[in-house]
Amino acid sequence: MNFKLKIWRQKNRKSPGKLADYDVRDISPDTSFLEMLDILNDNLIRSGGEPVAFDSDCREGICGTCSLTVNGEAQGPDHPGAVCELYMRKFRDGETITVEPFRVGSFPIIKDLTVDRSALDRIVQAGGFISARAGSAPEANTILVPKHNADLAMDAAACIGCGACAAACPNGSAMLFAAAKVSHLSFLPQGAPERERRVLKMVRAMDDQGFGNCTNTYECEAVCPAKISASFIAKLNREYARAQFRQRLGE
Amino acid sequence: MFKSMIGTLDPKVPPGPLDQKWRNHQDHSRLVSPNNRRKLEIIVVGSGLAGGSAAATLGELGYRVKCFCFQDSPRRAHSIAAQGGINAAKNYQNDGDSVYRLFYDTIKGGDFRSREANVYRLAEIANHIIDQCVAQGVPFAREYSGYLANRSFGGAQVSRTFYARGQTGQQLLLGCYQALCRQVASGTVHMFPYTEMLDLVIVNGQAKGIVTRNLLSGKMERHAADAVVLASGGYGNVFYLSTNARGSNVTATYRAYKRGALFANPSFTQIHPTCIPVSGDYQSKLTLMSESLRNDGRVWVPKRKEDRFKASNEIPEAERDYYLERKYPSYGNLAPRDISSRAAKEVCDEGRGVGPGGRGVYLDFADAIKRLGEETIRERYGNLFHVYQKITGENAYKVPMRIYPAVHYTMGGLWVDYDLMSNVPGLFVIGEANFSDHGANRLGASALMQGLADGYFVMPNTLPNYLAGQMGKRPSSESPEFEQAEQSVRARLEKLLKVNGTRSADSFHRELGLLLWDKCGMSRNEQGLREALRKIPELRAEFWREVRVPGDEEDYNQSLERAGRVADFLEFAELMCMDALERDESAGAHFREEHQTADGEALRNDENHAAVFAWEFQGEGQPPKLHREQLHFETVHLAQRSYK
Repeated sequence: MNFKLKIWRQKNRKSPGKLADYDVRDISPDTSFLEMLDILNDNLIRSGGEPVAFDSDCREGICGTCSLTVNGEAQGPDHPGAVCELYMRKFRDGETITVEPFRVGSFPIIKDLTVDRSALDRIVQAGGFISARAGSAPEANTILVPKHNADLAMDAAACIGCGACAAACPNGSAMLFAAAKVSHLSFLPQGAPERERRVLKMVRAMDDQGFGNCTNTYECEAVCPAKISASFIAKLNREYARAQFRQRLGE
Repeated sequence: MFKSMIGTLDPKVPPGPLDQKWRNHQDHSRLVSPNNRRKLEIIVVGSGLAGGSAAATLGELGYRVKCFCFQDSPRRAHSIAAQGGINAAKNYQNDGDSVYRLFYDTIKGGDFRSREANVYRLAEIANHIIDQCVAQGVPFAREYSGYLANRSFGGAQVSRTFYARGQTGQQLLLGCYQALCRQVASGTVHMFPYTEMLDLVIVNGQAKGIVTRNLLSGKMERHAADAVVLASGGYGNVFYLSTNARGSNVTATYRAYKRGALFANPSFTQIHPTCIPVSGDYQSKLTLMSESLRNDGRVWVPKRKEDRFKASNEIPEAERDYYLERKYPSYGNLAPRDISSRAAKEVCDEGRGVGPGGRGVYLDFADAIKRLGEETIRERYGNLFHVYQKITGENAYKVPMRIYPAVHYTMGGLWVDYDLMSNVPGLFVIGEANFSDHGANRLGASALMQGLADGYFVMPNTLPNYLAGQMGKRPSSESPEFEQAEQSVRARLEKLLKVNGTRSADSFHRELGLLLWDKCGMSRNEQGLREALRKIPELRAEFWREVRVPGDEEDYNQSLERAGRVADFLEFAELMCMDALERDESAGAHFREEHQTADGEALRNDENHAAVFAWEFQGEGQPPKLHREQLHFETVHLAQRSYK
């Protein structure tokens, strides 16, 4: 298969970027999208050009490193799945494919297709954890978790932290990301002691990092490679309202 | 420099009966008081299960920790991709499990090439790991009662594996990432993402720092510390194609080796039998299909070579060879990893492999679907069938999966003593980066157990034993040793950039991978290994003549990163083949064709080779020196493994 690529090239954080045109030829339909970019880069290196910078690591959809917008869709058109799980058989022979980085104000572009997502780490650092010191844990089966809650917690905890939710959101909101973590920990009895602190701090961190607000467009859910449900955003809102209410009561 | 230590290779196993060694050791190890901890700095390289849990726990204890990862966030470390589960001897199933049994299964699974005392401690600690992870909020699978659920895994007759769907590694890593985030917020841990360790600094014979490169800015940095903990993972990517992440590399441990740390058993590499086969020249990685599929899938190839191009449904039952069921009637499709992998290679070598290139065997669910219905199979393995369809475009409910073995894990690593300290004082090595617990073959669900045991529970207890004598001995990063290390790193990067040849680093890496897979992969022989040892230096020389690394040093330069790692793989590969040649026996995943039983099984040589082979760097162009640590089995009796 042959493709025409329009790829965002940007030297660094400060310089302006633009779309550049490339041709790739004789690509097998069983090639993954990222392998197709590897082939392009190999050709560029051999012909004296500058390869395209893009991020990837596990290449099986779990580490959350890859972060491309393909033809306008965060993580590409084969939902649910990360762009590393996208294969060229999904495209038509001769198609023109546009490849851009995630476009979120809180994710500055580093170079070409790579973005800085450390804002997501800072949201978790604000309170996305249970403070359990190693060595102090009680015997595991003394903490009972109803299966239904454990399953819901796991549904939320499956988030791979790629940031596609924010990239797809017209407001650049990281609500689905934060909601997944808040929900995961508040469905579990172990998370109860820090429940209010956690949600208040994480929401404040989200604002501090410059993410936008949620207006329920559900674009986040549509592109999420881990199938995180937007209903967790409602859970976050409830947790937030509850925490604020209790705070006002002085509890 | 460390000659005094080498030669004896004393693992410093504490005295006393096996089940009291760890307790005794803790009772008598030196401690560091809380107000002194904040005066001590510790470097942790890597942020996976081992490094992340170590950094978080040492931070909790009050040490000043610097944690480094080459990824953009500690949450991306490759531990995240582990699927199956984590072992512990809780005996919640009341099926006869015990610490001793977990210890014995692990040491037997490793084909009796690991150190008894370390493995026993691992089995003891495993239960605490489950407690710790539950307290952190890891959403393990539960029964309707709310109690923890278990499943069984290869190499054991009990159900001792705890799991979180098919994403156990992800959930355990996120648990330790969150603990790490808490420490970052409280200021005890300073996180350095996008930072690669490029050299180890040794001052007065002790590991006292590292030289790093910030991958985004290209800036070189020196970090002095009171101790260095390497948790940089395994080297499976030396084969180019493996189930490892693209970035996984040998650089940190190999740089430490070149500074004097011993590299142990580098030839012990695990090949996992159930992965999606290679499909093209540009394939960048191999994807694992969980071992659990072999519970319901039947493995077969056509009996006749000519049939291999036919569609699977055109081959009648009588013309199929269910070779695992035929060769290992009692274990059948659930034969252990090393044995299943070799059997697949064998039938493909005979020309009966299926799919493009003939390197594949069928994993067929037709019988299970007939017996249980498609819905049940979907419930059990739906996510794996989905991944398979994404990658191959085939529907495994209708046609059999095609699978082939792939490099998955490396048991070898830097040599460590009982305290997990290398022969270089102050250099600790944990997780997959060390050699210690899995012998010649790792059992399923044991890697997660080891990483977390080392980080949450071993490091906090053994590191102070060293640190207590190190107060006030942290050197300045302006000292000549740091200067020298930084200069050598700079010189190497400049050399890479200057070659300006015509080939990408990846193209050399691929070539190296093919050579190793062929000569030092699932089975090895003297002639092949000697050939590899001849060809690797040639390839390395060509690399340094022909590689082209575009861009410059002071920039986010992914080509330069990759080229540096490939250059290290090109040196390390030689060490791996040398070790495989020296180990003149078959053991676990290391199968030397010269040493097999009459029916083709691995044949150990306990008399001569019940030992750890640890290699010492002797200078560029010099052959490394071999040291042996004799393995003493006080509790278990060595036996031939049989799965017939």
